[in-house]
Amino acid sequence: MVEHSKFRDPELARRIAEKLHTIAPESGIVKICHVCGTHEWTITHFGLRSLLPQNIEVIAGPGCPVCVTPASEIDEAVQIALKGVTVTCFGDVLRVPGSEKSLLDAKAEGADVRVVYSVADAIKMAEKEPRKDFAFFAIGFETTAPSTAVEVLKKPPKNISFLVSHRLIPPAMELLTRIEDLRINGFIAPGHVSTIIGLKAYEIFPKLYHMPTVVAGFEPLDVLFAVYMILKQIKNGEARLENEYARAVSWDGNVKAQELMRQTFDISDGEWRGLGKLPLSAFKLKKEYIKYDAREKFGIKIKHGKDLPPGCQCHLVMIGKIKPTECPLFMKVCTPQKPIGACMVGIEGTCRIWAKTINIPV
Amino acid sequence: MCLAIPAKVISVHDGKAKVDFGEGVLREVDVTLVNVKVGEYVLVHAGYAIQVLSKTEAEETIRLWNEILEAEKQIKTR
Repeated sequence: MVEHSKFRDPELARRIAEKLHTIAPESGIVKICHVCGTHEWTITHFGLRSLLPQNIEVIAGPGCPVCVTPASEIDEAVQIALKGVTVTCFGDVLRVPGSEKSLLDAKAEGADVRVVYSVADAIKMAEKEPRKDFAFFAIGFETTAPSTAVEVLKKPPKNISFLVSHRLIPPAMELLTRIEDLRINGFIAPGHVSTIIGLKAYEIFPKLYHMPTVVAGFEPLDVLFAVYMILKQIKNGEARLENEYARAVSWDGNVKAQELMRQTFDISDGEWRGLGKLPLSAFKLKKEYIKYDAREKFGIKIKHGKDLPPGCQCHLVMIGKIKPTECPLFMKVCTPQKPIGACMVGIEGTCRIWAKTINIPV
Repeated sequence: MCLAIPAKVISVHDGKAKVDFGEGVLREVDVTLVNVKVGEYVLVHAGYAIQVLSKTEAEETIRLWNEILEAEKQIKTR
């Protein structure tokens, strides 16, 4: 494979940064929005914002899957756990606040909540302990949903069910285009979601919303070149769909993964934390797999949750409307050690990335 | 969450593969979602290979980057 260091070459970075200054419009703000926690990490960790011309802003959209999971669905997981079912989940879900409790709180009360690296590990656990009931909390975007599909279709043991909370990225991007005072001028589309759904999933953004859209990888140079490609389109008065991450993303994406998802899930409206219900933005298990649906199996019916603790601005941070530093709680009462909002919990949450990376005077 | 790490495929058997994340970190991952051969590189997300990486496209990207930067240089020196 091509040497990793070539994608991080500081000399190339310096030269592309210089070039950004020559191509950026002389006046007016250009706002470029990404929708992936890993992009936010690359941008913040490598200090890329400091390389951009002053009038080029890169903002973070709702790209952290644990942050967007609404309190009502955390409440469902907590309720299942408190019924004596072993809940398995990814590590960063543990501390995400529900209306009253997180899964970690439930664990402290004696519930059996276990962290797994992958859904396959959750299945193995259920196989090893056939007398116990297990529920896997399936969160994540299109990158993660195929792995849930693979396991559901394999007919897992009877003692495991799935609390499916997968969300879809393009509907969230559509929401962003409709928020008028956000005034986004271009999208950096998420590289790993795109390995699955392909370039074609973003066709509507240039066509319908006249939004330059570039699918980008996660090395610092990937992001800088994506910004360049968007600025070039803006300069030429164009709105096109371009692929900066061709080494992993194709036009059609991972067709096999798409087919498995189609067999497993129906698309439904979904709640996003603090953002309300977005049409056709969530997966739910198809009728034929209802016996694996944890909500049905344990009779869980929660309609509404309390998404935002008092003062928490996660809903505004999540759409890039404000920076973490503009939230009155940030690093005062809401810290990585004692998070209040979901954006401070998720390892891809904008607040957590800023808190962990930037030396912010308190 | 959508973090995915490139790894080299060492062996493939029954929908699983042993992959090398570099510096000797080996792990078994599920390869149901991809068609992959030994020696190829895959992107691994939460224990599942989600895509095969293209060496040609990786080289092409680096070439394009340099081309973009060279074009700029020529304009400057002209």
